[in-house]
Amino acid sequence: MTTTTTLPAEERVVRREALYFAVRNTKLLIGFGIVLVLLLTGLLGPLLLGGESPNEYVAGPMLPPSGEHWFGTTTFGQDVFTQFVYGLRTTFLAGAMGGGIAAVIAMAIGFVAGYRGGLVDEILNMLTNVVLVIPTLAVLLIINAYLGIRSVGLQALFIGLTSWPWAARAIRAQTFSLRSRDFVDLARLSGVSTRRIITREIAPNMSSYLFMTFILLFGGSILIAASLDFIGLGPTEGVSLGLMLQNATQWSALQLGLWWWFVPPGAAITAVVGALYVANVGLDEVFNPKLRET
Amino acid sequence: MLKVDNVTKVYKVGTFGGKTMTAVDAVSFDVRPGEVVSLIGESGSGKSTLGKMILGLVPITSGSITVDGVAVKPGKEYYRSVQGVFQDPFSCYNPVFKADRVFQLIKESYYPAVPAAEWTERVRSAIRDVRLNPDEVLGKFPHQLSGGQLQRLLIARALLLDLKLLIADEITSMLDASTRIDVLNLLAELKARGLGVLYVTHDLSLGHYLAERTVVLRHGTVVEMGVTAKVFDDPLHPYTRQLLSAVPRLHAPWEEAAPVGSCLYHERGGTGGLLEADPGHFVACAQLSNC
Repeated sequence: MTTTTTLPAEERVVRREALYFAVRNTKLLIGFGIVLVLLLTGLLGPLLLGGESPNEYVAGPMLPPSGEHWFGTTTFGQDVFTQFVYGLRTTFLAGAMGGGIAAVIAMAIGFVAGYRGGLVDEILNMLTNVVLVIPTLAVLLIINAYLGIRSVGLQALFIGLTSWPWAARAIRAQTFSLRSRDFVDLARLSGVSTRRIITREIAPNMSSYLFMTFILLFGGSILIAASLDFIGLGPTEGVSLGLMLQNATQWSALQLGLWWWFVPPGAAITAVVGALYVANVGLDEVFNPKLRET
Repeated sequence: MLKVDNVTKVYKVGTFGGKTMTAVDAVSFDVRPGEVVSLIGESGSGKSTLGKMILGLVPITSGSITVDGVAVKPGKEYYRSVQGVFQDPFSCYNPVFKADRVFQLIKESYYPAVPAAEWTERVRSAIRDVRLNPDEVLGKFPHQLSGGQLQRLLIARALLLDLKLLIADEITSMLDASTRIDVLNLLAELKARGLGVLYVTHDLSLGHYLAERTVVLRHGTVVEMGVTAKVFDDPLHPYTRQLLSAVPRLHAPWEEAAPVGSCLYHERGGTGGLLEADPGHFVACAQLSNC
């Protein structure tokens, strides 16, 4: 970095500075670039494709990729690209909702337990451990089977409510070690309230850590949703990347050589989760002023 | 001004607080305006715990601490007049923010109405007061500044408030010799301004250099306290003598501390607590544990 900027000593400078380094970080740009492209495909694709349902039978069966059908067609003559575009949307929704719910719960419990300590910590920790040892997949199976109606939102909610414990433990441990640093005491001596100490002194110190937690939860939710879809407990209507994989397996796409049926959804799941990891490494460099200088 | 009266701190340790550990045991002393009192003791003597209790960062188990007759109450009003500077300057700054943030927090809490330009001028003048060049230290990250600069910035931060009492907890232990004397002279200046300073240290010579009165702490109890000159020239308690003989001297090699004779405390008829051996010079029993 050859240029040094002289900015006024104000509170907002931190954010502006983070942005300055963010737009110059290749890892971050590549990671977010890939996610953004896939996200936009999922968001805008369906609008451009017209109103037809992704499960419509539109062409001859088992057509390989062509100009007409970019990703070919399924055994039944459904357009794989249309399914892929709609599937991306569902998958992002499941990941964002599930990951988001889990992240909010994990942060609330982790910060409070870590900062307060004592009895509050013991109780919250006990709750976390109980949820941690619940066999999540088995419970999800039972709940999904019992409820009958299965929407993407409901699926994401269950994933969110069961996947937070490890993140809460990680945030609690990190908060615990930051709490005993003198700058927290000094903030208290400056008359800063507990809530603001958590959000403005402790959380910024672990912002990349928190983002990584969210990414892992996000990726995890996508994977859990895909697994549930794959074993036939996904949404009963619509299409998702996991459902596409399930259908492909069920109709022996691998044995029939229909690689265009299962490669795109599999690759997209891998790409989203992988790109988020790369972006996270970049974010660490953006948020930590010490890493910028090396 | 600061009055510490019969203060005890018991920590609960073990699972669900099954065991207890007494860190500070029935300690009483006071600090007057314009006076430096040094609180001397070895590691684990409870001196930092006392400092934190006065700052309201650690709750008191029993006894009372008052500043100008008002009990310790952690919050904006209390911290307007009572401030602390801690041992490790590197840990006092949030590493992801610039060092100026410590001033910004003071502005947000206490002077939200002051215009930005005037505030900047106040900060710069406080920084000049601690003999730093504002242009050199402002707008930098903590890791770009030295320990001495950071420690002096923390004192400048305290100067921005209407301070009555400063708790200086081992503030020179991380500094090199030349910066150390600068910081000590700063404390002496604060004293001249009428502030009370509680100087917590394990370094006897620094305490002697600065303080009017000295309190010697051992295992959480006061063993001797009084005017610095008396405590240092005529130590009555064997622990104080041992401490003083442990100070390295420039022109003499190390020698064993003189053995303790009979206990002065009982000879003079002391019963519990401290005995006033001379006016303003208090001493505790030599056999603290089986007294």
